[in-house]
Amino acid sequence: MTEHLNGAQITVRLLERQGIRIVFGIPGGAALPLYDALGQSAVIRHVLARHEQGAGFMAQGMARVTGRPAVCIATSGPGATNLLTAIADAKLDSIPLVAITGQVPRALIGTDAFQEVDTYGLSIPITKHNFLVSSAEELLRVIPRAFAIAASGRPGPVLVDIPKDVQMEFFDIAEWPEPGAALPSQAADPELIARAAAMINAAERPVLYLGGGVIHSGAADLAVDLAEKANLPTVMTLMALGAMPVDHPLSLGMLGMHGTRQANLALDECDLLIAVGARFDDRATGKVEQFCPRAKIIHIDIDPAELDKIKTAKVGIAADVRDTLTRLLPATVENQRKTWVDRIHALRRQFPFHMPDPDDPRSHFGLIRAVAACLDDNAIIVTDVGQHQMWAAQAYPLRRPRQWLTSGGLGTMGFGVPAAIGAALAEPQRTVICFTGDGSILMNIQELVTAAQENVNVKIVLMNNETLGMVHQQQTLFYGERLFASQFVATPDFVRVAQGFGIAAVDLDQAGDPHAALAEAIDRPGPRLIHASIDAEQKVYPMVPPGAANREMIGH
Amino acid sequence: MNAAKHNETGVISRAVLEIDVNNHPGVMSHVVGLFSRRAYNVEGILCLPVGDRSRSRIWLLLDEDGRLAQMIKQVAKLEDVISIRRHAGDHAVFGDMEGFFKP
Repeated sequence: MTEHLNGAQITVRLLERQGIRIVFGIPGGAALPLYDALGQSAVIRHVLARHEQGAGFMAQGMARVTGRPAVCIATSGPGATNLLTAIADAKLDSIPLVAITGQVPRALIGTDAFQEVDTYGLSIPITKHNFLVSSAEELLRVIPRAFAIAASGRPGPVLVDIPKDVQMEFFDIAEWPEPGAALPSQAADPELIARAAAMINAAERPVLYLGGGVIHSGAADLAVDLAEKANLPTVMTLMALGAMPVDHPLSLGMLGMHGTRQANLALDECDLLIAVGARFDDRATGKVEQFCPRAKIIHIDIDPAELDKIKTAKVGIAADVRDTLTRLLPATVENQRKTWVDRIHALRRQFPFHMPDPDDPRSHFGLIRAVAACLDDNAIIVTDVGQHQMWAAQAYPLRRPRQWLTSGGLGTMGFGVPAAIGAALAEPQRTVICFTGDGSILMNIQELVTAAQENVNVKIVLMNNETLGMVHQQQTLFYGERLFASQFVATPDFVRVAQGFGIAAVDLDQAGDPHAALAEAIDRPGPRLIHASIDAEQKVYPMVPPGAANREMIGH
Repeated sequence: MNAAKHNETGVISRAVLEIDVNNHPGVMSHVVGLFSRRAYNVEGILCLPVGDRSRSRIWLLLDEDGRLAQMIKQVAKLEDVISIRRHAGDHAVFGDMEGFFKP
């Protein structure tokens, strides 16, 4: 039966057919037809954010916990420009996102019309792909393709810009297209698998280096199997935390700038580096010429452009990580590797992670450990960006893939609160913790009212040192202690701010028994803000100074 | 690795890329944006539709430097790029155009 629908209705129907049940956004003039159609949908729920960047990060939070593309919507002009940071963040962390923006009518494009901006041009370098739709009929190809591109290969954000007149143009639809789905990736070359296995089997001091691609491809279990079978000490990037439980005997924790000494020193000694779904980011490698100076490299990544980009691999495999590990596992032999494992144990004993005051909830590490003590592995841990992010990465016992949501590549302050809301809406049965700082939370504080409106089970743990802590730290260490623009002269009363937004809040500073106050705030369903002052002089250690080799860590 | 390669007479080596793309208004921005964001100079650009005009062919004349292999991979990743081939810097496509570029 032929259906007579306009572009907006077609778009909404295609989203429904994609299985989309929640979208995040803010309406505006050039998106009004789309919102009119959304309002008629019986299956899609629209979550009204208070800033388009918030909508973008809510969609990201949903995509990060589910692994499937999530949708955000904005109007033209400022709506679109406000989305850009969340889109760029998704690009750098390879998060599948479909952003839909309204555009001024085609006849007005290029006339500097009201709320007109070149959304297509602005989004080229920060999307995996983008579209400017020129007819209602074209939507039938573009929307499924946007989802297929976002989910295929290395995931990423796709933007679809739809002029208002295209949203209003009618078209007769006789047959709906299939929903867009991830295309199967090319299988790994068996010859390369054999060579990689031979290198692993022959290595004396191998290290397995896991990146976010292990999470994206759903391969964490296989990575752990490979590590156990071949006795591979394992390091993880910020994006891979949770792939191997931190307390696994083979886990060396995080590598890089704020990684563990055992991880960075093991990498310095290794003779084989097996990089899986990792891209040799500068925060992970330190001075790249001196990263794993003794190692041959096996590099497995679904994106061929990552191979040989930073480090030349002896064996480079451009294929899906899960598929590759499935084939690699039976080709590797069990190996006790006693000398190397003993050496790793010695490194561990010699350089244990220094965690001052782990039992004092009024210290930064103690607070993170106290939060963890209230929860099990089902909890989702979201962070903002800064010192609290690195402390949480170091101290929270992450044990599950997709348990940990953090802005890794772009390092976007303001990520935390909206991403936590999106995560909580995607998986309402879980408790979502958002570790944030007083700098970060103010960058998207308006979404507290969205958290109240949606009554999400998000506990915001605000570590307040009244500074931009990471800037404060680097100015102290590397700029002659010339602190400038990193200490806040005025700080809001965050407890009252949260209450003003409609969120219950507790101040641990005032609590007689902070453990009990924390447990009560976390156990009670619904959004909570938990405020805790921390010491501004505390540093994130160890630290590889910018530009130094990873072995040159300073601090404890 | 970013330094341009010089041949034995000290002249900067050139490379020519031949890129088949879907023909629509944004595709040129996608391709050249990959070069501009890396401050990788594109010396020459030629582009015309091919066959039924659903596709275009872009020819780029570039300085050859250590990033070229990575650039080719990045271009190949674009959704609208169908194929990319690398040629020597003296390929006839730009040589034949010289008459149109007299000062």
